[in-house]
Amino acid sequence: MTHFIDRRLNPKGKSLGNRQRFLRRARTQIREAVQKSLKDSSVADLDKDRKVRISTKGTKEPRFRLDPKAGGEHDFVLPGNKQFTPGDEIKKPPSGEAGGRGKEAADYAEGDDDFEFTMTQDEVLDIFFEDLELPNLVRTTLKETPNRVWKRAGITTAGSPTQINLIRTMRNAQGRRLALHRPKLKDVEALQADLDALEQEPETNRERIAALKEEIARLNAKRKWVGFIDPVDVRFNSYTEQPVPTSQAVMFCLMDVSGSMGEREKDLAKRFYMLLHLFLKRRYKRVDIVFIRHTHDAQEVDEQEFFYSRQSGGTIVSTALDKMLEIQKERYATADWNIYAAQASDGYTQSGDARRCVEMLNNDIMPLCQYYAYIEILDEREMEVFASEESGAELWRAYRTVADSWANFATKRISKPADIFPVFRELFKKTEAS
Amino acid sequence: MTNLLFNEPEWDFATLDRTYKAIEEIALTDLKLDVYPNQIEVISSEQMLDAYSSLAMPLMYNHWSFGKLFAREEAMYRAGYSALAYEIVINSSPCISYLLEENTMTMQALVMAHAAFGHNHFFKNNYLFRQWTNAEGILDYLAFAKKYVAACEDKYGRDEVEAILDSAHALMDQGVFRYRRPPRPSRERTLEKMRARAQYEEQSYNELWRTLPAGIEPPNTVPTVDTEDDYGGDMKLPEENLLYFLEKHSPSLKAWQRETLRIVRNLAQYFYPQKQTKVMNEGCASFVHHAIMNILYDRGMISEGSLLEFMHSHTSVIFQPEFDDRRYYGINPYALGFGMMTDIKRIATEPTDEDREWFPQFAGKGDWIGVLKDAWANYRDESFVEQFLSPKLMRDFRLFALFDKADEEAYRVSAIHNETGFRKVRQMLARQYDVGLNEPNIQVKSADLKGNRRLVLEHKMHRGVPLNGKTKELVLAHVERLWGHDVGLSETETD
Repeated sequence: MTHFIDRRLNPKGKSLGNRQRFLRRARTQIREAVQKSLKDSSVADLDKDRKVRISTKGTKEPRFRLDPKAGGEHDFVLPGNKQFTPGDEIKKPPSGEAGGRGKEAADYAEGDDDFEFTMTQDEVLDIFFEDLELPNLVRTTLKETPNRVWKRAGITTAGSPTQINLIRTMRNAQGRRLALHRPKLKDVEALQADLDALEQEPETNRERIAALKEEIARLNAKRKWVGFIDPVDVRFNSYTEQPVPTSQAVMFCLMDVSGSMGEREKDLAKRFYMLLHLFLKRRYKRVDIVFIRHTHDAQEVDEQEFFYSRQSGGTIVSTALDKMLEIQKERYATADWNIYAAQASDGYTQSGDARRCVEMLNNDIMPLCQYYAYIEILDEREMEVFASEESGAELWRAYRTVADSWANFATKRISKPADIFPVFRELFKKTEAS
Repeated sequence: MTNLLFNEPEWDFATLDRTYKAIEEIALTDLKLDVYPNQIEVISSEQMLDAYSSLAMPLMYNHWSFGKLFAREEAMYRAGYSALAYEIVINSSPCISYLLEENTMTMQALVMAHAAFGHNHFFKNNYLFRQWTNAEGILDYLAFAKKYVAACEDKYGRDEVEAILDSAHALMDQGVFRYRRPPRPSRERTLEKMRARAQYEEQSYNELWRTLPAGIEPPNTVPTVDTEDDYGGDMKLPEENLLYFLEKHSPSLKAWQRETLRIVRNLAQYFYPQKQTKVMNEGCASFVHHAIMNILYDRGMISEGSLLEFMHSHTSVIFQPEFDDRRYYGINPYALGFGMMTDIKRIATEPTDEDREWFPQFAGKGDWIGVLKDAWANYRDESFVEQFLSPKLMRDFRLFALFDKADEEAYRVSAIHNETGFRKVRQMLARQYDVGLNEPNIQVKSADLKGNRRLVLEHKMHRGVPLNGKTKELVLAHVERLWGHDVGLSETETD
């Protein structure tokens, strides 16, 4: 008798548990490998699965092995003799890897090779974002939070049938049956069997038959009266809805798309925001993101527009700050919201505007913000010119003064795609205090 | 009216069934095979990878090393370095064979002949499998093992369980009984034990006694000795099965840790016969599929195209690269096994004078099925090569033997495939398949349970070959973890 079984529709990923255990085990190696592999790649590659090479350190599986190279003697047989006759000598290959010794070497020495495997995008991002966070995030008030979860709240006597707690119910039923001495079906059947036996000869056993019948009737009546399960036994799991404190946060993304920003600069800025976007979406379920782009005039736009549309014009940075303040006043009260901002620009603005920006930051914006990150996008030539932190374009120099007076204001420079990941990590590194 | 079972490369279940019946007919009547009932499962490539990475078993407890294996196999497969096996077969009753869904119909026929009849016959009849593994019980046991390990993870934490499994895996090669028969892994007995343990816990916990004023002892206190934790007893040294020894006598393990060692040990024992019969097992399966496919063709049941497709795949499976070839990776068990078995058939039917001299018992007697079935049932790789490798095959493979001494600059050719060398080459090749000689012979020499609790292991070196120093230290650290005290290992010459 043969059975064909079609298993193709069975759930896949049977070894997912093993994979998670493996990733956990090789965590340190994988983390290094992921950072390294991300360093040289563009953000757009983030949505692909990624090959990662890790060393086998930490995931070694040692066994006792013989080592014929270290001592002693042995024989071995090989196929494919062409010219050898007994007594010939063959020089040993130096590494033991070449020629026919390949297998032997692999057999006896635990390979120290690196080993390469593919990680999914999710796994890569998890590891990349693992030790990053929004700085200074605080719990805001409960009253505004619409978040509620169902929590267990013990056992009740009333509820819907789907919430029945079988274990409690059956336990109660059993206790009640024991206490009220409910006759067992087995006993009734035994009596019935006796009765059947006696009824073979009804004449001689008349009295006992009558007694047995009465007894059986009594037991059956009692079985009916003391039910196997009774409404009083039934218990239900109970749930109540409880509010959960959440921290609400909003991230303002301010991007300069003016004419002075070349395609390359815009591209770098967009990639930085993509990463930021991914990070927030992944780690903070309840973060609002506000996209503001500006030329000589600032607009709030949606995600699609922010990342993909082209626009150009003059540069007045302060318009973006104005817009941000306006939106904040309208929608994001500081009592309920953690406010974050990330600004990207090439550092050029209309003359005099930088001073206005600094004033706005110092007086209006920084008191509201948990954290403000300014990213200056340079081309590589400029990067060389402005090698030191001190020198820079107008906006950079102006913002340095803000950074001096506010600890939660950070400035960083990006000049090539490879800078994005490290700069991002620096900006959002978990601090000891938190 | 055509006899063809199928003509298209695509397969469906009706065709599979028809073909299976035709193959079964040939296997049982023409080849007189004796098999467990078959259960054939069609799986996808991803499921095949899953199965690969759990030691080719349908069920397995969770451990990171299987995840590592999966990651590596998957990378190799995706990069195209390695093709997937066409099949996996499990030594169980019913015998489970996995067919890959991407196979063509010809390949499915080949795989059914290979796995469901070739391997299956070998599993059911070979003495090693009959004596040392329990085909009926293995799946139940694995289900138990998986549940047990998962329960332990819940109760004692993943890290704890992982640590024990790491250590147990490191000693897996030293976790088998080579000479005396192991007790059968019986699920009932294990369950029995667990019940007893649970019962004991229940008994020793009595709600009422908690309310007694301090100082009053409850009457008839159940003795607190848990027999499971009783690690002393007669140690019967020396002991070759390190896992068994540690399970029974380690002073520092808890009951669940002993049970976990036992699971790993039972698995090691289950796989041990497969290690000793690679050549025979694959040879038997290849010989059977080759015979069956040819008979199918002779009877007009498969087309010429199918036969060619089959031959293409068959020849690449039994290909033996020479030692100086870049593709050389040891002697291919399929090639040697298939070669020897085909050779046995040749010797039985068309012997040369040389064959008559070397194999007087069966040369020219014609009963090749009888000889093969006897070999499949009663030999393992080592004895099979020793007994049946013919001079002709040694010439075909151009086998030669090298002598290697560690401190010499060169290998010496000690024998080749000529009149004076045949016996020597054959003997040395047989030794090469002796698992007992190729794996280090490590035994527990002494254990001081009363004093400093030092455990002493001894490696009895064969011809002076020592252990690899690096892995030795790593494995010893694992032994120390399981033993809980100092562990030493000495290497001594024997002979």
